[in-house]
Amino acid sequence: MTPTSDRLVFDNVSKFYGEVLGINRVDLTIPPGITSLVGPNGSGKTTIMNLMTGLLQPSQGEIRMLGICPDNPEAMFRHVGYCTQYDSFPKGATGQQFLYNYLRVHGHPHADATEMTERSIQRVNLIEASTRRVAGYSKGMRQRIKLAQAICHEPTVLILDEPLNGLDPMARAEMIELFRELAATGQHIVISSHILHEVDLISDQVILLNEGYVVAEGDIEGVRTEMSGRPLQILVRCDKAGLLASRVFEHESTVEARMHDDGGGLMVSTKDADAFLLAFNRIVLDNEIRIESVTPADADVQAVYQYLITQEGES
Amino acid sequence: MKSLWWRQIQGILRMEVRKSVLSTRALPLYLLAAIPATITFIVIAVSTIVGEPPPEFSGPSGATSLFAILFQLGILRSTLYFAAVWIFMNLFRGEVLDRSLHYYFLSPVRRDVLVAGKFTSAWVGVSMVFSVLTIVCFGAVHAYFGSASLSSLAGQLFAYLAIVWMACLGYGAIFMVAGLFMRNPVIPAILVFFWEGINAFLPSLLKKFSVLFYLQSLFPIDISEGPIEIIAEPVPLWIGIPGFIIFSGLTLLLAGFQIRRMEVHYADD
Repeated sequence: MTPTSDRLVFDNVSKFYGEVLGINRVDLTIPPGITSLVGPNGSGKTTIMNLMTGLLQPSQGEIRMLGICPDNPEAMFRHVGYCTQYDSFPKGATGQQFLYNYLRVHGHPHADATEMTERSIQRVNLIEASTRRVAGYSKGMRQRIKLAQAICHEPTVLILDEPLNGLDPMARAEMIELFRELAATGQHIVISSHILHEVDLISDQVILLNEGYVVAEGDIEGVRTEMSGRPLQILVRCDKAGLLASRVFEHESTVEARMHDDGGGLMVSTKDADAFLLAFNRIVLDNEIRIESVTPADADVQAVYQYLITQEGES
Repeated sequence: MKSLWWRQIQGILRMEVRKSVLSTRALPLYLLAAIPATITFIVIAVSTIVGEPPPEFSGPSGATSLFAILFQLGILRSTLYFAAVWIFMNLFRGEVLDRSLHYYFLSPVRRDVLVAGKFTSAWVGVSMVFSVLTIVCFGAVHAYFGSASLSSLAGQLFAYLAIVWMACLGYGAIFMVAGLFMRNPVIPAILVFFWEGINAFLPSLLKKFSVLFYLQSLFPIDISEGPIEIIAEPVPLWIGIPGFIIFSGLTLLLAGFQIRRMEVHYADD
């Protein structure tokens, strides 16, 4: 079955988990390009993505992915790839086997599956680790191999649930570049994130969700303007936290830098996340700091959304 | 289209046969298979120590009776049954517990093709292990306690292997469906075990709702279940076996129906 449309369409879609609301009366028409689903935890981002891919079935309404219904996986997954948030893998498989086996399940013959496996592993820059077991991968490597699994069959729609979670700044930059490349070829890329700063630089449009409802939709600029001036808190775990704290504090966008009690990390508040992250990358490289994780502080993210949602309500 | 489905089933077989027989999930399968093998070799060892086998088990007919008892009680009604429970019930439940089912659901594979692929691979895995076990035990019993003619032994062995394959088919279909429908599959496993255990004492109408009943016509020799056994005319082979395959096929259709409606919810979502 070939696609009959270039849009991803949600027509009055609701999903209830028993009594609990997942999403309610969502109408969306997503054109090609990069679209971000942004909202706090529990806002319905993953529900929308799971509905798009048939992992969930709508309680009401209709979904069409390029004109194909998600309950037809045979047709849909020729064109759709999904990098889920589930951080689990078939036991005992190496990265290479993981991709190869699933390409064989897709129905690709050995030679094609081997070539496609190598290509996608190269694309996510995981060549050296590909013969190691996935169970021994770091969080960032697991994210990359999941991404490789989502893109290995060269889909035209790529759905990515929190794809930058757990990646260090270098890997984030690489991934964002990859998303841009894919979008430039006319693909649909749907990315979810609870960090607006993370996706605003690359998104063509943003869909803001809260408690199962779409509260804002459209051009990223409008949403970003509303956020300006609000400090973002970032949690960093690393090996030279004291040194990092002193260096980031020298940067003009840093409002506050607080060391963790165990000395293995710090919390940074910044009023300009983009400028800060650029400076942060340089500091890390210049001082050979080993980064374990970089994550925005949840409590503050919730506050940002509260702020945005309040603004939305008032306007 | 058919060749695509066939390639997809081959792809599923590649992964699943390995899971059924070469992963940690297969450990209970081997432990169960080791039980009748151990019993067989204990019987042989005891007979060797005592000096001679009991008179009822010596000679070709004695060895045939001994193996028939061993097969019925040690393999078919117990270890093979529980191996089928373990492997087939975990075909989809195991994936949910490992949180890896979504990888299959995100492939361009019809979900009923997935059912067929996973079922076939589990059937191949369990049948393979229990076929080898049956051949080893059969060979050991007949080699030690007395051998009949080769052609007669080959016929008996083939009948026992056919029973293993058919039992895997029947129990496999039932337990795969139970694993899809039931939150706690231990309960149906125990209920079916009880039902199959009392099958010999049920009225002939009720006997027909049993896997064992349809396998009776394949047994090379009958074993008495005791004085209160209710004897029923076994179903002719030409009805029993196709009927059995049709039943298993219908059960798989039911599984296919259920899997099409299935959503991915892992425990801590």
